[in-house]
This record gives sequence, structure tokens and C-alpha cells, in this order.
Amino acid sequence: MACEQWQSQLDTYLDGELAAEPMRALDAHLRSCPACSADVLARVQFRRSVKAAGARFAPNPDFRSKIQKKIGSKSRRTWNFGWIFATSALALLLIAGAVTTYLGRRNLRQQQLYSELADLHVATLGSANPVDVVSSDRHTVKPWFQGKIPFTFNLPELQNTEFTLLGGRVTYLGQSSGAHLIFQIRKHQISVFILPEASSSQILSGNPGVQRQQTFNVESWTQDGLRYIVFGDASPDDLRKLSALLKSAARS
Amino acid sequence: MCVSALPPQSASFEELAIPLFDQLYNFAHWLAQNREEAEDLVQETYAKALRGFSSFQQGTNFRAWMYRILRNTFLTSRTGLNATMTVPLESDEDGPVAPLANTQTPEAILIDRSNQNLLQSALEELPVHFREILLLCEVEEMSYQEIAETIAIPIGTVMSRLSRARAALRAIVRQKLQKT
Repeated sequence: MACEQWQSQLDTYLDGELAAEPMRALDAHLRSCPACSADVLARVQFRRSVKAAGARFAPNPDFRSKIQKKIGSKSRRTWNFGWIFATSALALLLIAGAVTTYLGRRNLRQQQLYSELADLHVATLGSANPVDVVSSDRHTVKPWFQGKIPFTFNLPELQNTEFTLLGGRVTYLGQSSGAHLIFQIRKHQISVFILPEASSSQILSGNPGVQRQQTFNVESWTQDGLRYIVFGDASPDDLRKLSALLKSAARS
Repeated sequence: MCVSALPPQSASFEELAIPLFDQLYNFAHWLAQNREEAEDLVQETYAKALRGFSSFQQGTNFRAWMYRILRNTFLTSRTGLNATMTVPLESDEDGPVAPLANTQTPEAILIDRSNQNLLQSALEELPVHFREILLLCEVEEMSYQEIAETIAIPIGTVMSRLSRARAALRAIVRQKLQKT
């Protein structure tokens, strides 16, 4: 091939855009043709000069920092919002999940506890000897518990009320011992459980007032580190009255 | 010879766009021919690119995308509209390159780097469509494919226009050398 034909391809060759086969052929020609080699060299030098001349304008440093600040803050903000949103959504999901699980478990444990209380209440009343200390005198019942349970408590004065104290016994709930007292109002017998504010009774916290559980009425509260549970088939009003008496006795 | 600029997956706009700042500014200044307008061009380019970044397909050529935005912004500016009044129809470029254009031996116009001013004023005199393609190829070292993506013309047109641009530049340089 004549040199003129090669020359039309020299720039494409230098741009690295020639196909593999013509590239090899041109390489071979350049090794044997001093004129074309000189041409290539001149073109390479011209390109270098154009490149150097073309890289002429540098941005103003102030302008650069202005754009950098704009881009940086905007793209970071965009990214941050996305990130914060995603994290918040995930956190909310996790919290919701955890709360649901926690509430579910707590609810289950509460039901188990009420069920246990119902068993204790019914079993005690159905027993031939429902109470171990049979007395309506609070000054007899309270000392009877000394040495049997790891705490002491006050019993209300029941004179001039409809309630009668039938007696008491030691009970066990959630692996801790406590007092189980039986009160009577009219024909109804009400169990009052007094327990250390241990883990098993903590799950009842946050449920103020009389509730209906396992077909019974229940009122529960904590006072001076003790968990009180008033449990029975009497009316909610009766339970409230008895609870008020126990609360005021505990304060005195 | 030209470096491809494929961004890594899920790179941030800032990570991709800031490294191009100096070269985009240089290109903008060559197009607009003055600093103030070049700054406006670059600023608008970055603003448009940032807004449109979500539509940019990761894995495609980010550099070509940015240059295309800058170039389109320029073409719709007043300076750009005036400058492109003289752009020939693409069909005119697709024909065979005049033998003279490529057979002109550049030896006669060998200039060294100390003669940069002459070369720079020659580049300024080039019509904008020659100037931009020469800058993209020689300064930015873009491949024909990248240039084709940036200017939105076929590769064949890239080749013929480049060839004409080089010939035109050599002609201007030769004229200038003869005058001196």
C-alpha cells in the first residue's frame, strides 16, 4: 500500500481507534517507512501541543468552593434524608415489632397469672380448710404470718363495714411466698393476695382499677414494695371498697 | 487512548461529579470564551445534573453524560446559538474527507510548547463544532464512542469531523506561522 493511503489513517491510528488488523498492518509499515514514521512523530508532537494549549482555563478557587458546597450539601442532604427516612422506617418497624412482641408476651403472662390466681382462689375456697389462721381479728391474723413470709403488712379495721375477715394462709405465686387473706362481703368471698413486688407480679402493673379477668373481678396495685391483688366474684364496687380499705391501712 | 469513565454502582453524585469539575470548567470556558459565562454554564450543568441524577443510569458513561448536559446548556445559551449558526449540516460531513486534509504533513507546522499562545488563538478561531470535538479528543482523551455519546452524532461523523477539525487547525496554525 502506498504511503498516501496510510496517511489518511494515521490520526485514527494515534487515536487508538483503528481495528486490530489495519493496526498491525500499519505498525509493520511504520517500521519500514521512515517518511510515515516521521509523519507519525510530528502528529504526536502536534497533539501534545494541542493538549497542552487546550488545558488552558482553570476555575476560580472561589467558584470551585461555591459549587462544591452546593453539590456537597445538596447531595449529602438528599442522601441523608433518604438515609434518615430508611433508618427511621426500619427503627419504627423494629420498635413496633418489639412492642407487639413485648405486649403479646406480657399479655400472655398476665393471662397465665390471672389464671393461676383464679386457681388459687377457687381451690382455697373449695378446700375443707380454706384458711390456716381462722380469725376475724386482724391482730391475730397479722402476727400469724410472722416468720412465714418475708415481709409484713397492715390489715384494715373492718368495724362499721360490710366486710369480714375470715382468715389467712401462706400462698405461693411466681416462686415467691405471700399472704392470701379471705374476706367476706355478704355471701361473696374475696381473696386478697399480698406479695413482694417480684417479677411475676410486676406484669400486672399499669392496670389500675377493677378489671374483669377469668370471669372474676380483679383490682391490683403496688404499695410500699408490695403487690396487692384483690380477687373475687363480688361486684366491682365491693372490690373497690375493700381495696380502698386495704390501701388506707397500708398507709397508716 | 481514551479513558472510559464507567462509575461504580451506586456512587454518589458528589463522588462522580466533583472530580470532573476542572475539566468541565475548561471545556465550558473554551465554548463560552469568557469566564463569567463559563461559570454560569458549569453552575447550570451541575444543577441540572444533580436534579437529573436519579434518571442517570448507573453503569453508563457519567463523564459523557455531564459533558452532554454542559454542551446542551451551551447550545441553548445566547452565545451558543450565535456560535452554532455556522455549523454545517451533518450530511455535509459524512462524505469522504478531502485528501488534502489528511495528507498535509504537519512537519511544516511543528510548534513547541513555548508557542502555546499561537495554538490557543488558533483554537479560538476554529468554529465551535471543530473546537469542541478537538478538545474532547485531544484534551479529554475521549474515545470516539464517548464523543459520539456527548455530541450525539454517529461514530462515522465523529471521525470525519475530527479529521476536518485537525486539518482546519493546522491550516490556521500554518497561516499564523507564515505571518510571523
